[in-house]
Amino acid sequence: METIMYTLHDFMTHTKNITYLIMGGILIFLPLFWLFLNEREKD
Amino acid sequence: MAVEKTQSNTQKFTATNVIIGIILVVGAILTILRFTKGLGAVTNLDNNNPWGIWIGFDLLCGVALAAGGYVTSAACYVFGLKRYHSAVRPAILTAFLGYALVVFALHYDVGRPWRLPYPIFVSQGTSSLLFEVGLCVFLYLTVLFIEFTPAAFEWLGLKKIRQIVVKLTLVLTIFGVVLSTLHQSSLGALFMIAPSKLHPLWYSGYLPVYFFISSMFAGMSMVIFESTLAHRYLSHKMDHAHHEESHGVAFGFAKAASFIMMGYLAIKIVGLSIDNNWNYLATGWGLWFLIELVGFVAFPAILFAMGFREKNLMFVRIAAVLTVLGIVLNRLNISIIAFNYHLPSADRYFPSLMEIGTSVFIVTIGIVVYRFVATRMPVLYEHPDYKTH
Repeated sequence: METIMYTLHDFMTHTKNITYLIMGGILIFLPLFWLFLNEREKD
Repeated sequence: MAVEKTQSNTQKFTATNVIIGIILVVGAILTILRFTKGLGAVTNLDNNNPWGIWIGFDLLCGVALAAGGYVTSAACYVFGLKRYHSAVRPAILTAFLGYALVVFALHYDVGRPWRLPYPIFVSQGTSSLLFEVGLCVFLYLTVLFIEFTPAAFEWLGLKKIRQIVVKLTLVLTIFGVVLSTLHQSSLGALFMIAPSKLHPLWYSGYLPVYFFISSMFAGMSMVIFESTLAHRYLSHKMDHAHHEESHGVAFGFAKAASFIMMGYLAIKIVGLSIDNNWNYLATGWGLWFLIELVGFVAFPAILFAMGFREKNLMFVRIAAVLTVLGIVLNRLNISIIAFNYHLPSADRYFPSLMEIGTSVFIVTIGIVVYRFVATRMPVLYEHPDYKTH
């Protein structure tokens, strides 16, 4: 579905909303990936 | 005596040497053509496409793949990871040759190569990114040359001067890291001047960050790749320490590269999101972008991670090759393939055979010089008179 944007403010609110959600996902993913990388090191 | 001479001649005329010889002869002819007939006679460059593969491949890829020098020396001397010590000299040699060939290739590409020193010594364009790149490459090439000289001094038996240069190691390493940070990112920033020419999927305000971060894992992958080749072809030149430490270097760099590549992937997605470029992903350009990002960043990152976890050297080596190819693809996409994407196909740039031949010639010179140096100087082994441990 195409989001209609009329102003720059609309555009920035829209892209920032999505970007912040992605950043949240990254903040969760990267530590988990680090744990995955180091999992076997402890053995 | 005659039999020995024939054997020695047979060793010289191996298939590899003959191919290298042919490339060098063809390269010499192309060089004469380039410098007597001009750029127009040997290249497909025009006003729409003033930068071709001599910039896109020889310069951008050369600089990115030579990043192994600053990454390895920083790991060893700044972060104190001495287990990577045996990898420092080959990495510095590769970096030095990489940068030297970048400057060499630049002589072919610029219209008036004799004016190359002008921006530094005659007319400084201090507000230009290109000036910064030129200055950094000039300084960093000098730093790499000095960093490599201890190996040459050991070979020549010049103990006193070697001692002086060795004392400068930490200063040179820090200087090298600073210079690399500056110009690796500035090479990406150069393309920010052309928002209407570079496809939106590759154009981003974060281009300098992308270039700098990708140079880190490019350098690490190149060290692994170069070590794989050295093990195969120059194994007899390696000492015990080098053989013993090489697996640790490969796994250590695999782990670091894997994590950095995941971070790179993350900021690429952030860049995609902040510019709201999602709709381009459903186009042909989008597919090409995803091939680069998934096939040559995400996949090798996972392969590096699996290789490190399972201690599988084959995974690590395949991932390193894929990453090196991915960096080449990324730099070519930004400088050539996705650049001027809006032009009709008749106006698009495709390198001439002579341009490709010159690039192959320059890479071959690098391989020949590396082989010459590595078989003579203490690069893959420690000189017995200067053992550190």
